[in-house]
Amino acid sequence: MSRLSSTLGARRKKRIRINRVASPWRAAIVPYASIMLGSLLPVLVIADAMPALPPMGYLMLLCWRIIRPGLLPMWVGVPLGMFDDLFSGQPFGSAVLLWSLTMIAIEAVETRFPWRGFFQDWFTAGLAVFIYIFAAMLISGAPASPYQLIAATPQLLLSALLYPVFARFVAGLDAYRLTPTRRIG
Amino acid sequence: MAPPSSRRSSYSKKAQYSVFTGYVLAVLGALLGIVLLILSYWQPAAFAPVRGVANDAVAPVGESAATVRSNSNSVWDRVTGYWYAGSQNAQLREEVEIARIRLAEAESTKQENARLKALLGLSEGEIEPVAVARLIGSSSTSSRRFAYVGVGRGDGIEIGMPVRSPRGVVGRILEVGSSSSRVLLLTDSESRLPVRRATDSTPAFAEGRGDGIVRIRLINLGINPLAKGDVFVTSGAGGYYRPDVAVAIVEEITDDGAIARLIADPSGTDFVTVDPIYEPISVDAAQQRQDRPLDGSQGEEDEP
Repeated sequence: MSRLSSTLGARRKKRIRINRVASPWRAAIVPYASIMLGSLLPVLVIADAMPALPPMGYLMLLCWRIIRPGLLPMWVGVPLGMFDDLFSGQPFGSAVLLWSLTMIAIEAVETRFPWRGFFQDWFTAGLAVFIYIFAAMLISGAPASPYQLIAATPQLLLSALLYPVFARFVAGLDAYRLTPTRRIG
Repeated sequence: MAPPSSRRSSYSKKAQYSVFTGYVLAVLGALLGIVLLILSYWQPAAFAPVRGVANDAVAPVGESAATVRSNSNSVWDRVTGYWYAGSQNAQLREEVEIARIRLAEAESTKQENARLKALLGLSEGEIEPVAVARLIGSSSTSSRRFAYVGVGRGDGIEIGMPVRSPRGVVGRILEVGSSSSRVLLLTDSESRLPVRRATDSTPAFAEGRGDGIVRIRLINLGINPLAKGDVFVTSGAGGYYRPDVAVAIVEEITDDGAIARLIADPSGTDFVTVDPIYEPISVDAAQQRQDRPLDGSQGEEDEP
């Protein structure tokens, strides 16, 4: 991770002075704010007759969790899931449950397989989004029908394919989060 | 990349406890989620106030996003308009010819209508919409279909009011906040709308399927009289929607009805009008328990 941040920093040609540290507020807020914005965005972007957009809040959570293990506490699914439920149109509690389960599952898998690469991360995230979309469909309160599965296909594919973009974006946000801006001494 | 070494549970009791606590809290969170889910199945309206406040807070952002959306839409239209200008011109000229003829026919029908209505002594009252609002957005990730509009209780919106665009029915109000409300779209799988065929009043229900398409279910089973291209309009049954607003157009015939496409697609809709409930009396009557007499009726069991 430090390697990624430093390459990003080098590309920006920003001189990092030794008497600067990252702003603690920014470092704390950016991950949560970006996930909440992700929850909010699909509601605001388009009004459509069928579900089309990937669950962006969930994708952001996955990316932060995978790129920065240990940054988000394990119970983070509760507050962020509640926020997502306010806007997603799912019955209240659906994201609280699914996001918490995701955090537990990734944590458990990670202790078994500590060494990972990008493609394995992509596989993990893709699998998680697949399961998430199906589970969300089941508990949405709508009677399950094959039409919903067909309607969800573009959403599923889009979510799985968007992971590298989101991962890149989250890595950029992480570099921004840790930019040394506050002067000390 | 391996996780940072500090996160591995070591021989340190403190580190082990913090990992354990993390698991416990996350499991408790999942249980809380299950409880909330059960609560929201059992009492769907329980979280409506919270959602209302949250939607009120983001409604202004959505309004501006919607404005940008409609503007960019017209920019794109303008560019493509230049591209197709020649062929479109010829096509439009042809259409205008046909439209003139139809207009003349419609004029005569209108006169006839007026004459017949005068004969019957009917007065046609135009329904005043409660509010006109921008369709802010919809739940575009969930398989439930809800949309949000930027008017709420403060504008006189009530639960159950029909929402329509200039093209046709969009849905009806499901939850009301103080300055925004949630709309159940016609394509939601919980949406049922009584409709009739525009040409001959064949009654049917338009049910959402959750995938952007509605299913027409005929009420009278038998030989399926529908054909591709039939237009369905609201029948006014149930008292929520006023009759004769366009709903859907048949695309594919099935055994018990048809698959139909919405006429007022929410993604192409900018402004919507919220109408008052067409016949509040019949809506109240439908919500009355069956073993109770209606208010003002003089049933035999109507004893104090």
